[in-house]
Amino acid sequence: MTRLLFLSLLLLCITPSMIARDAQPNADDPAVEQRLHKLSQELRCLVCQNETLADSRADLAEDLRREIREQIKAGKSDKEIIQFLTARYGQFILYRPQVTPTTYLLWFGPFVLLLGGLFVLFHFIKQRRDSFTEKPLTADEHRRAQELLASLPGKETS
Amino acid sequence: MLRYLIPLAIFLVLVVFLFIGLGRDPHEVPSPLINKAAPTFRLPQLKEPAKTFSAEDMRGKVWVLNVWASWCVSCRDEHPLLIDYAKWGIVPIYGLNWKDKREDALAWLDELGDPYVLSVSDFDGRIAIDYGVYGAPETYVIDQGGTIRFKQIGAVTPQVWSDKIIPLVQELNRQGASAK
Repeated sequence: MTRLLFLSLLLLCITPSMIARDAQPNADDPAVEQRLHKLSQELRCLVCQNETLADSRADLAEDLRREIREQIKAGKSDKEIIQFLTARYGQFILYRPQVTPTTYLLWFGPFVLLLGGLFVLFHFIKQRRDSFTEKPLTADEHRRAQELLASLPGKETS
Repeated sequence: MLRYLIPLAIFLVLVVFLFIGLGRDPHEVPSPLINKAAPTFRLPQLKEPAKTFSAEDMRGKVWVLNVWASWCVSCRDEHPLLIDYAKWGIVPIYGLNWKDKREDALAWLDELGDPYVLSVSDFDGRIAIDYGVYGAPETYVIDQGGTIRFKQIGAVTPQVWSDKIIPLVQELNRQGASAK
């Protein structure tokens, strides 16, 4: 009885998404599919923006995959296909946008911040170290220190 | 004093940036098609599939292309507004019926009214890809020379219509008249 229950529970876990997992893998040309997959992993689905075109099951993603598939079959290079897509959807479709004046901040901003942070850090450390450097006591200070030590109760000083 | 002011200044800068970030809609991706030639197409008309319509047919006119579909929820919100705008008669509105079933699209126009001079059917969404469509409704203003001058992603609110599209259309018409 428990076994039957367990089995039926297991069966319940099989959802339609598990059955229809990949978006129509086109078996007639594995090479094309492989290129499509590789390419679409670099591309953002504009409907659900945190998904790649390869993973998305949005209608538009399906259309775009079809478009890319056709272009691959037509002998277009990856570069040409990416150009085709960015001309229509902009740099945003690329997970790794090209380096252009509009994306300089995006690409180099973090390094600029890092350099700025390092600069501030060094400055800070240097300042602290400077404030800690030991200066030799003057003769006057030395005498006072001796006096103070000598006045400590129960402590013999040389 | 400075040691308190510097963190405060950094904090304020962060607040400003985050606040600006909050006000922006991440779905509004700037279109690279602005000031580019509108992609050409020749598609069957929705109501009379035997006839076709092409962007070329609109050369010399300022017009609006609205991407819509009967399955699109925001289009339903936008639709009465479009009917209003069409009544104003300032600019002709054409529809691109995107990945829709013909009977669904026709039923929708029957039920809600038809603001379009005509609609064309883009059943498999190919032309929509050319136009960089990723979420209906989307609206384009195309000038006499066939150049896209404006794109609205999402519904055309009355504010966008009267503050952006109408002044743009009027300006384009003025330029067109003086060019002749």
